[in-house]
Amino acid sequence: MTDKPHGSLLLRTDRPTGIVGYGAYIPRYRLPGSEISQLWTGSPKGSPIKEKAVAGLDEDVITMSIEAARNAILRAGIDPQDLRAVWVGSESHPYAVKPSGTVVAEAIGASNNIQSGDWEFACKAGTEAMVAAIGLVGSGMGRYALAIGMDTAQGKPGDALEYTASSGGAAFVIGPANESAVEIKASYSYVSDTPDFWRRPEQKYPEHGQRFTGDPAYFKHVESAGRVMMEELGMKAQDFTYAVFHQPNPKFPLKAGKELGFSEEQILPGLLVPVIGNTYAGASMIGLTAILDIAKPGDRILQVSYGSGAGSDAFYFEVTERIAERRELAPSIAEYLARRTEINYATYARYRGKIDMG
Amino acid sequence: MENPRYWRLKKQRYGLVGEVCPHCESKIFPPRDVCPECGSEARTEFTFSGKGKVYSYTVMRDAPAGYEQNAPYTVAIVALDEGPMVTAQLTDLGEEKVQIGMPVEMVTRKLREDVEKKGILVYGYKFRPVMRASN
Repeated sequence: MTDKPHGSLLLRTDRPTGIVGYGAYIPRYRLPGSEISQLWTGSPKGSPIKEKAVAGLDEDVITMSIEAARNAILRAGIDPQDLRAVWVGSESHPYAVKPSGTVVAEAIGASNNIQSGDWEFACKAGTEAMVAAIGLVGSGMGRYALAIGMDTAQGKPGDALEYTASSGGAAFVIGPANESAVEIKASYSYVSDTPDFWRRPEQKYPEHGQRFTGDPAYFKHVESAGRVMMEELGMKAQDFTYAVFHQPNPKFPLKAGKELGFSEEQILPGLLVPVIGNTYAGASMIGLTAILDIAKPGDRILQVSYGSGAGSDAFYFEVTERIAERRELAPSIAEYLARRTEINYATYARYRGKIDMG
Repeated sequence: MENPRYWRLKKQRYGLVGEVCPHCESKIFPPRDVCPECGSEARTEFTFSGKGKVYSYTVMRDAPAGYEQNAPYTVAIVALDEGPMVTAQLTDLGEEKVQIGMPVEMVTRKLREDVEKKGILVYGYKFRPVMRASN
């Protein structure tokens, strides 16, 4: 029990793994926060973010996962037939019963020889799929595994969450470290039974514990995961080039990051919530892709997700020299942000199924 | 129950997978196992790039069953870079005006859904304005 890694709390694999290809997806439509506050408070002021990304009428977690996955495979340059898992983490799977992963796998040209169960853990379903993919590849069960975090987040009309609940996410092809654009050095997960946010079956919108979602929930888990991770690694915040956290609003990740010793300069490149909103299961993952769009070889990155209920997955990445050529092979976050059509609340209500058609 | 039909067509519908003729190299969509150009047997699978141009288009305001929720929407005949013409919806147009000759690319989207939200979701190809010139 004394020799590492088995004596450590860190999750490390026998075979080194990495991110071979990454891909993001942001839908075209944007709802300004002022539209929401104007409707429910009578003032254009008060939204925590500028605007949020809204999926179109013909989009859902399956279609958005397909585009992010295609981007990840383009960057990885692999044959999708070599994937041994296609995993989608979300809290807005289009079916209650029927996997999202099988549709995604068929659409991207994966084989029938795969694992494809869906993952659920509120906003950390996507990073849970990443840990599983790292385990599958790291054990030698398969050469490549695809982990996706994607959501069309539900926010009750008039609720505080409506300002931020948005659509989007990211996909990662996990594979051998020696083929990777980013090496995965270690991960660590911290979970506990904490009732801060939930949705019962048959309910359209989630409930949450108001301020209880802060200290005992988000901050407790994000900071515990980040702190233990750095302690076990013997590293400090200054050792990292970037840090990306789950981002339900702009304040939480900056505050948690500060508590862990990170500066705003380390966090802001991966902080997309002000311009796309909270993509739930996709949030820390799509933030990571924004960092990978600008990262240099040798850069070290800390990612910490958060899912209500509750838990956090922390990852330590190191960027390799393959990053520059890979990133050019698919659209960047900047390109998706530039593809933007502003909509009003009425269009948003129609696109997100908030109008009762009788 | 149309599920078996959707299931049979899923490969071509999700990923624009057609065929290439081993005799005259013609690209074939939808797949039909016989080359429309030379009449020979053609069963070799071919995945199209998804790139093409709008050949013609129209706007649907009075939509058929299963598509009502998306009306009005644009339907186009798209000339694929590899040759064949396909009929498909255009999507993600935003404020962009559709023009004949406009470059478009394939995306997989939800094609139809029953109003009662009890049936299967049908996914398939649509086309949107190209996001980036390269690729």
